[in-house]
Amino acid sequence: MSETKTKETTYKPTSPNSKLDFASLWEYSEAPESSANLEIKDKYDLFIGGKFVKPSKDRYFKSINPSSNEEVTQFAEATQKDVDKAVKAARKAFKGEWSDLNPSSRGKYIYRIARMLQERAREFAIAESIDGGKPIRESRDVDIPLAAAYFFYYAGWADKLEYAFPGKKPEALGVCGQIIPWNFPLLMLAWKIAPALACGNTVVLKPAETTSLTAMMFAELVKDAGLPDGVVNIVTGAGQTGAEIVNHKDIDKIAFTGSTNVGKIIQKSLAGTDKKYTLELGGKGALILFEDAPIDQAVEGIINAIYFNQGHVCCAGSRLLVQENIADKVIMKLKDRLETLIVGDPLDKNTDIGAINSKEQFDRVNSYLELGVEEGAEVYQSKCSVPENGYFIRPTLFTNVSQSNRVVQEEIFGPVLTVQSFRTADEAIEKANNTPFGLAGGVWTDKGSKIFKVGSALRSGVVWANTYNKFDPTSPFGGYKESGVGREGGLHGLSAYLNLK
Amino acid sequence: MSDRIEVQKTYKTYVGGSFPRSESGHYYKVFDSEGDFLANACRCTRKDFRDAVLAARAAFKGWSSRTSYNKGQILYRIGEMMENRRDQFVKELGQIGFTKEEANADINASIDRLIYYAGWTDKYQQVFGSVNPVASAHFNFSILEPTGVVSVLAPENSPLLGLVSVIAPIIAGGNTCVVHASEQYPLPSISFAEVLNSSDVPGGVVNILTGIRSELVEHFSSHMDVNSILYTDKLDKETKIKIDELSSNNIKRVVKKNISDWYETDSASPYFVVDFQETKTTWHPVGF
Amino acid sequence: MIQNNKFEVVPIDRVAVEERVGRLNKRSIKKESKVQALKLALSMVDLTTLEGKDSEGKVRQLCQKAKSPHPSMPDIPSVAAVCVYPNMVRIAKESLRGTKINVASVASAFPSGMAPLPIRIEDTKYAVEEGADEVDMVITRGAFLEGEYNFVFDEIAAIKEACGDAHLKVILETGELHTYENVRLASDIAMEAGADFIKTSTGKISPAATQPVTLVMLEAIRDFYYKTDKMVGMKPAGGIRTAKQAIQYLVLVKETLGAAWLNNEYFRFGASSLANDLLMQIVKQQTGHYQGPDYFSID
Repeated sequence: MSETKTKETTYKPTSPNSKLDFASLWEYSEAPESSANLEIKDKYDLFIGGKFVKPSKDRYFKSINPSSNEEVTQFAEATQKDVDKAVKAARKAFKGEWSDLNPSSRGKYIYRIARMLQERAREFAIAESIDGGKPIRESRDVDIPLAAAYFFYYAGWADKLEYAFPGKKPEALGVCGQIIPWNFPLLMLAWKIAPALACGNTVVLKPAETTSLTAMMFAELVKDAGLPDGVVNIVTGAGQTGAEIVNHKDIDKIAFTGSTNVGKIIQKSLAGTDKKYTLELGGKGALILFEDAPIDQAVEGIINAIYFNQGHVCCAGSRLLVQENIADKVIMKLKDRLETLIVGDPLDKNTDIGAINSKEQFDRVNSYLELGVEEGAEVYQSKCSVPENGYFIRPTLFTNVSQSNRVVQEEIFGPVLTVQSFRTADEAIEKANNTPFGLAGGVWTDKGSKIFKVGSALRSGVVWANTYNKFDPTSPFGGYKESGVGREGGLHGLSAYLNLK
Repeated sequence: MSDRIEVQKTYKTYVGGSFPRSESGHYYKVFDSEGDFLANACRCTRKDFRDAVLAARAAFKGWSSRTSYNKGQILYRIGEMMENRRDQFVKELGQIGFTKEEANADINASIDRLIYYAGWTDKYQQVFGSVNPVASAHFNFSILEPTGVVSVLAPENSPLLGLVSVIAPIIAGGNTCVVHASEQYPLPSISFAEVLNSSDVPGGVVNILTGIRSELVEHFSSHMDVNSILYTDKLDKETKIKIDELSSNNIKRVVKKNISDWYETDSASPYFVVDFQETKTTWHPVGF
Repeated sequence: MIQNNKFEVVPIDRVAVEERVGRLNKRSIKKESKVQALKLALSMVDLTTLEGKDSEGKVRQLCQKAKSPHPSMPDIPSVAAVCVYPNMVRIAKESLRGTKINVASVASAFPSGMAPLPIRIEDTKYAVEEGADEVDMVITRGAFLEGEYNFVFDEIAAIKEACGDAHLKVILETGELHTYENVRLASDIAMEAGADFIKTSTGKISPAATQPVTLVMLEAIRDFYYKTDKMVGMKPAGGIRTAKQAIQYLVLVKETLGAAWLNNEYFRFGASSLANDLLMQIVKQQTGHYQGPDYFSID
C-alpha cells in the first residue's frame, strides 16, 4: 500500500485567499451510491463468437479501483491467437447471419441494446465509477445515458443509410477493429459499436486495460439481447493486444480513440494497407473569454471544461485565454469556485472530481505540476481534503504561464488549467490555434457576431460557444490537425463505417 | 518572309503567384512523343517545396475566407481563361502525342470540370453540412471547413485534365495546394499555371512544381505544415508505405484514389471536395 | 452596454444558469447534514400571511406557530420573522413580545407598489411606527421596464430612508422582469440604493421565486460584496413549499456565497406552508418514520 500514498509534493501551491468561506458551518454528509446490487465476477473471459472463452495463454491481469487501490477483478489477456479467433468470428458473422438480416432488423437489435442499457443503467454507472474512478454523478448522468442515446440514435440509421450520402450506394466495410480509451469506457464503446453495427459491420473491440469492466458487462448485455454470435467481440488486454488488432490482415477498418502518440503509431502501422481508419486523438483546447461575456456562467463553463471527469477528456478546455481587463476578476472567481469542488470517493453522489484513473496517469499529472513550477508558473490549488488512499489530485490553476511553456503546449489530461491573458481577439485566436492539436475550443462573449467570427477562426472540430463539453449522438465530433482523422457522431459519423460506391 | 528563329518558352515553376526557377538551378530534359528534346523543366528540390508550402500557407487564410460565390466566380474565370489559351494547350498536348481531336477533348473536359466545381463552391456546404437536433437547450450545426494546405501528386499521364481535376475540388473547398506536376509531361501544367495567374486566383493558392517525383515524394509527405496529401495514380507499394508512414508524423489526411481515366463520371464529384474538408460543429445555448 | 450613467447591464446566459442550478440540485443531502439543513431552513422562514381576509386572530395564531412551531419537540428552532400587512404589525408585535422573532411588514402599497411615492413613504413610516423590524417593499416594475432606473433607485432610497432602523427588503417581483439580465440589473440597483435584503417576489405573481432567479441574485450579492464589503441578504419568496426545495436553496447559498450567509440574518424564505413540511421532515429524520400532515398544526 505504501506506493499508493500520495507522494509529498515538491511544489508549493499558493494558499486560498478568498473573502468567502465555503468550508465551515454546513458540510454535506457522505452520500454513497450503494454498490450492493452490482455483482462483479472474480475474473472475466474474452467475448468471442457470442461466448465467453478463456484466453489462449490463460493469463489474466488485475484491474484496480483507483480510488482505493484495491483489486476490482481480473481480465483475460488476449494474445494474437485470441485476436485472430475474434476476427474470424466477426468475419463469419459478417458473411453470414448479420449480412443476411434486413437492415430494419439490424436496427431493432441495436434499439434493443439501447433499451437494455437504459434498464441496467445504474449498475453500469456504479461499475464505471468503481473501475475507472469517475464520479457517480457523471457516470450516472452523462456516460451511461449518453451511451444508450448513441445506440438509440444509430439504431435508426440502419435502414436509412441510402439517404445519408446523396448519389452514393453505401456498403458495409466488413470487420472493424476498435480500440477505446479509459476516460469514457462505455461511452466510447457506444461511439464505436453503435455506428459500426448500424452500417452492417461486425466488430472486434478492445477496451482500455484499466477500464474493461463495463465492456465485459456490455458483452453480457449483447448476449442477453440475443445478437447473432460474432457480431460483437470483445477482447481485453493492453497495448500489445491493440497492436494485434491494428496489424490483423483480415480487418477492414481501425477506429481508435486515445493519445496522439499512439494514433501516429497506428497510422504508421497501417501504412501501405488499404484499411480505413478513424483516429480520435488528443487536444489542448483553448477557452477564449471576452470582457463582454456572461462571466459567472463562463466560470461555470470553464469549470466544466477542465474539471469534468478529472480533466481526462480529450476535448478538455485546458488553456484559458482571458481578456486582460477582466483577468483578475475571472481568476478570483475561478479560485472561489474551485473551493466548492468536492474531490473524493467516486461513488459519493456529491463528488465533483473523482480519482485519477491510474497510478501511471497520476504520476504523469504530478510530473506536469512540478514541471509547471519549474517553468515559472504560479500554481494554485483548492484547499479541499482528499482521501489518503487512491489517486487524487486537487483542481489546479497555473497562472503566470507563457505560450512556450510545456504545460501550455502539451496535453496533461488531468485537472489542470493554465491561464493566459490577451488584449485583442486576433491575439486570442492566434494563441488558441498555436498548437498542433485541433479538437475543441470555447468562446464566451455576449456578442453574436463575435462568436461566429472567432468560432470560424478556430481550427478545431468542435466549437462550444457560451458552453462547453456538450455531447450528443446527433452531433459530429472529431479533430483538425493532430487531433485526429474523421468524425464520430451524427450523420457524418456514418461515413467512417461505409464504403460509398 | 525568311524563317524566323522561334523564341522558345522557358518553363519555370509557379509559386506564390510568380514564376521562379528552382532555387537549385537544376533542370531535367523534357521530350516530346518522338523522343526529341522539347524543353528544360525545373528539377525542384525540397527547398522549392518548402517555399511553396510557405506560399500556400500564407494564402490559406485569405482564400479560405473568400465567400463561396467569389470562389465560384474565380473557378469559372479559370475556365474562361483556358478557352483563350486553347491553341497553346492544343500545341503542347500535341507535342506529347495527343491528336488535335484528343487535345481539344481534353481541354473541353478540363474547362467543363472547372465550371462543374465552380458550381459546387456554394452548394457542397448545403449538401454536406447539417443542423443537428441535439437533446438539450442548444443550437448545434456542423459546417465544412477546408483542411488547409494540401500536397498533390498530380496524375502522371493526364497532365492537363488530370491536373485540373485534382486542383479544382481542392481549391473549390477553400484549401491551398502545392502540386507536383506530371514528371514526364510537365509543360501543360506550367501553362495551366499561366492560366491561373491570369484569372484572379490569388497567388499561393495553387503552387505548381516540376521535378523528379521520387526525389520529392518524401518531402510532400513529411512536411509538418501540410495537412493533407493526395495521389490518384497507382503507386508502387514502397512509395505508398513511405507516403503513409511520413504522413503519420502529423496525422496528415492521406487521400488515395485510383483514377486512370479522367473522363469517368466518378472522377468528378462533390465527394472529391469533401475529401479535403473538416467538419466543425458549433454549439450555442438557446435562451433569452 | 451602458443604459444610463450608473447601471450596467450584466450579461447572463439563461441556459448556463439553469444548468448550474440543475447540477446543484443533484447535491445529495443526507443524514446529519440534512437535519442541520432542515433546522437551519426553519430558522430562516418568514412565516407569512398576506391575505385580504387576515384577521387579528389569524395573526395571533401565526405568531404562536412562529414561536413554537412544534410544541412536542422543544429543540426545534423558532422561525425568523412573521410577515404581515402594516395594519397587523401591532398585533404581531404584541404576540411576539419577549422573543427574538422579528415582525416584517409589506409596506409601500404592497403588492403592486402602484401608488404615489409620498403615500408609499407614509405607508412605510406607519409600519415602522407600529413596530415593524423589517419592511418588504416592491419596486415599480413598470418604471424599471421603461428603463427609468433612476426612478427605481430613488424610490428605494426614499423608502430606505423612511425605514429608519428597520431593515429593508426590496422585492424585485422577478416574475414580471422576464429576463435574468433584468433580475441582475434590478438587484444591482436595489443594493446600490441601500437594500439590506433583495427578495424575489410578492407571492402574488406567478412565477414567484425560482432557483435560477435566486442564483442570479446571489451572484449579484457576491459581486456587490466584493465591490463594497457590504453583505446584502437574500429572500426567495413564493412557491417554496417543500423541505426538499428549501434544502436546494441552501445549497445554492452555500456554494455561491458560503457560510457567512447561511443564517437568518442574511437568508430568509418567504413562505407559509414550508414550515410544516420542514417540521415533518425533521420529525422523520428523528424517528425514522415518514410523517402525515394531520400531525402538524395548520395555522
